[in-house]
Amino acid sequence: MDGDEPSYFNEMFDGDGVRAPYSGLDGWANDMPPELRNLKQSEAEALFRRIGITFAVYGEGGDPDRLIPFDMFPRVFSSGEWRKLEAGIRQRARALNAFLMDVYGRGEIVKAGRIPAHLVYRNEAFEKAVVGFKPPRGVYSHIVGIDLVRTGPDEFFVLEDNCRTPSGVSYMLENREIMMRMFPGLFQENRIAPVENYPALLRRTLASVAPEKCEGEPRVAILTPGHFNSAYYEHSFLADMMGVELVEGQDLFVEGDYVWCRTTEGPKRVDVIYRRIDDAFIDPLCFRPDSMLGVPGLMNVYRSGGVTIASAPGAGVADDKAIYTFVPDMIRFYLGESPILNNVPTWQCAKPDECAYVLDNLAELVVKEVHGSGGYGMLVGPKSSTEQIAAFAEKIKEDPANYIAQPTLALSTCPSFVEEGVAPRHVDLRPYCLVGERIELVPGGLTRVALREGSLVVNSSQGGGVKDTWVMAE
Amino acid sequence: MLSRTADNLYWIARSMERAETVARLLEVGSRNALIPSLSGGYRNEWDAILQASGTQAGFAAKYGDPVPRNIESYLFFDLDNPSSVASSITRARENARIVRTALTSAVWDALNSAYQDLLRMRRTERSKLPMSDLIDWTMRQSMMVRGAIEDTQLRIDGYDFLNIGYHLERADSTARLMDVKYFVLLPQVDYVGSGLDNYQWRTILRAMSAHRAFSWAYGGEITPAKIADFLILNRKAPRSLITSVEGASAHLDRLARGYGRSTNAQSKARALVGELAEASVEDIFDEGLHEFLSRFIAEIAGLGGVIHSSYLSGDAR
Repeated sequence: MDGDEPSYFNEMFDGDGVRAPYSGLDGWANDMPPELRNLKQSEAEALFRRIGITFAVYGEGGDPDRLIPFDMFPRVFSSGEWRKLEAGIRQRARALNAFLMDVYGRGEIVKAGRIPAHLVYRNEAFEKAVVGFKPPRGVYSHIVGIDLVRTGPDEFFVLEDNCRTPSGVSYMLENREIMMRMFPGLFQENRIAPVENYPALLRRTLASVAPEKCEGEPRVAILTPGHFNSAYYEHSFLADMMGVELVEGQDLFVEGDYVWCRTTEGPKRVDVIYRRIDDAFIDPLCFRPDSMLGVPGLMNVYRSGGVTIASAPGAGVADDKAIYTFVPDMIRFYLGESPILNNVPTWQCAKPDECAYVLDNLAELVVKEVHGSGGYGMLVGPKSSTEQIAAFAEKIKEDPANYIAQPTLALSTCPSFVEEGVAPRHVDLRPYCLVGERIELVPGGLTRVALREGSLVVNSSQGGGVKDTWVMAE
Repeated sequence: MLSRTADNLYWIARSMERAETVARLLEVGSRNALIPSLSGGYRNEWDAILQASGTQAGFAAKYGDPVPRNIESYLFFDLDNPSSVASSITRARENARIVRTALTSAVWDALNSAYQDLLRMRRTERSKLPMSDLIDWTMRQSMMVRGAIEDTQLRIDGYDFLNIGYHLERADSTARLMDVKYFVLLPQVDYVGSGLDNYQWRTILRAMSAHRAFSWAYGGEITPAKIADFLILNRKAPRSLITSVEGASAHLDRLARGYGRSTNAQSKARALVGELAEASVEDIFDEGLHEFLSRFIAEIAGLGGVIHSSYLSGDAR
């Protein structure tokens, strides 16, 4: 290995020994004959295809149904590590929701001068249509996905918050399902906390935020943009696991004070809509008039308390990359607590002095677009050529407010199956926090792994894969 | 059940049955073309096939003259032709993907593997795929899906919508297959009852996988009256018009019982069953076979329309 390479925290091997959470996996992979390993790998792929766990990519030619690479080597947390993470995630989910209630209400945090007004009120994700509206139980973001990275035994950082419709939870559930089917022995020998009640918790969470006007058992539906959406599998999987309808905009209509679902037995009232489409598309009368995906009049019903939309329209203002910097302040301001999980230090290119620092130090930084996602439009300084860095600098100078920069984190690694055997690869983690009457979190999440050697980008569009994530039971 | 889900299920069945029908038509076409025609060579038979599958205009616009090779690829592989085997199977599988959770894994497997085979065949050199193999393959896929549905689907409303789709499409298909005969023979009334005539009727029966069944049920000479009786009025024939319409009607009645309410679809289906139950071959020939079949095809389309507005469009109240 190159002497200049930073040293990374290996989650399994600590110096010479195996760290405690991974002791059940010591020797497991190395003892596996290559033939068996190949057999298991193709068995896993066949299972994924068979069940239909694919993400669809249209318009690029070839088979539109792609598999996200599944790495069989699990990622493990001890119960102690998880306790701390869980507390930090709950805290963050509470603060983010308090922030949303506040900025669509009295705006105390802005008045107190803790967050600049323009970052909130002139934010693209700030939704004027819901100002002054209090959603049931005061919850805006019902499913909060928090992206975490680890750099050392006790060092965890929040990379970003996802308050709208974080995806990937179906992989968390199916990865476990497939591991249990293929390696039942591992689950007998190790006490691994189950994640399978996530759909039940999600349903309970959604039912708990039904509008006051709802009578009887709330009818919950998942609103999908349709089967051409890349995450359609996840939408249909969750609907199936929760036992709720999977609807498209055309299946719903507004009449009187309610939203109705078109069924073969006539209209049925819908009380809670877990929408997997963006704000801009949910109601052509309120937002984009050309949207065919949404339901005309939905926002009127929503604001008059006839239906709950999860996550609430406008929730996106809390997970904007420019707002992210202030989440630790939110925790102190609303909860009076000190943050359990740290933010990654972030420079705002919108500020001239910070921008100057960023331009001077591009070779060491990661630069991202404020509204970007999916690992696109970013620069990883240490992995880029001088020309690439120079070209990116021009882009930043053209529109500084569009960029933020962070130090290149020494992402932890976890052993992974690669061509030559087992080797460390960088990982991140996305747990899913449910906020309703209660705050619920299943012990686990989605671990994404950068399967290319040396790569720090875990996005599936950039060669990333997924792993089963274990939390050891107490 | 969501109206759109019911619609997807209905179209899975209709599309698979359509694929099978087109395969059967291709079989009729290939066999008819094996014997010398007395007017204009192959043209007449293949024209009839295009006519019966309702794809004549689309084919003419794309290819012009009906050259057999072009017709075969237009009817089997061409995705521009919405009725081609490839289009139908692709559509069935796409509908299935949308309502994946309303199907058992056996049904999904059958549909998905048909689609995967199709992708492979589209990449294979055409000369390595004899039409007879393609026809057999299509029949097999259709039967696998049908069998998986019968064996594994829960008997709830979704099962009824699948079956309504099948029976409606099958009624339409049998009527169209019989109508081919009309187009082939129209200019040559003199040949009725001749060796050529019998050969073509036999081909129709063969394409319906029914020529042995026919001989068993009727014996003796093949006459137009016997064929019409078998394919239109005989409840023992699995693809006859009356069997298909009764099947659709029975599943509509099941739906009405389950939902505790009836719609126009049930009365329209019963009226059609009633008409067929009382008809005789003489009545049909008096009306004219072609006229009868055209009217019947329109009635079936009408029933499809009522089912759509009663259940599938989402406008049910």
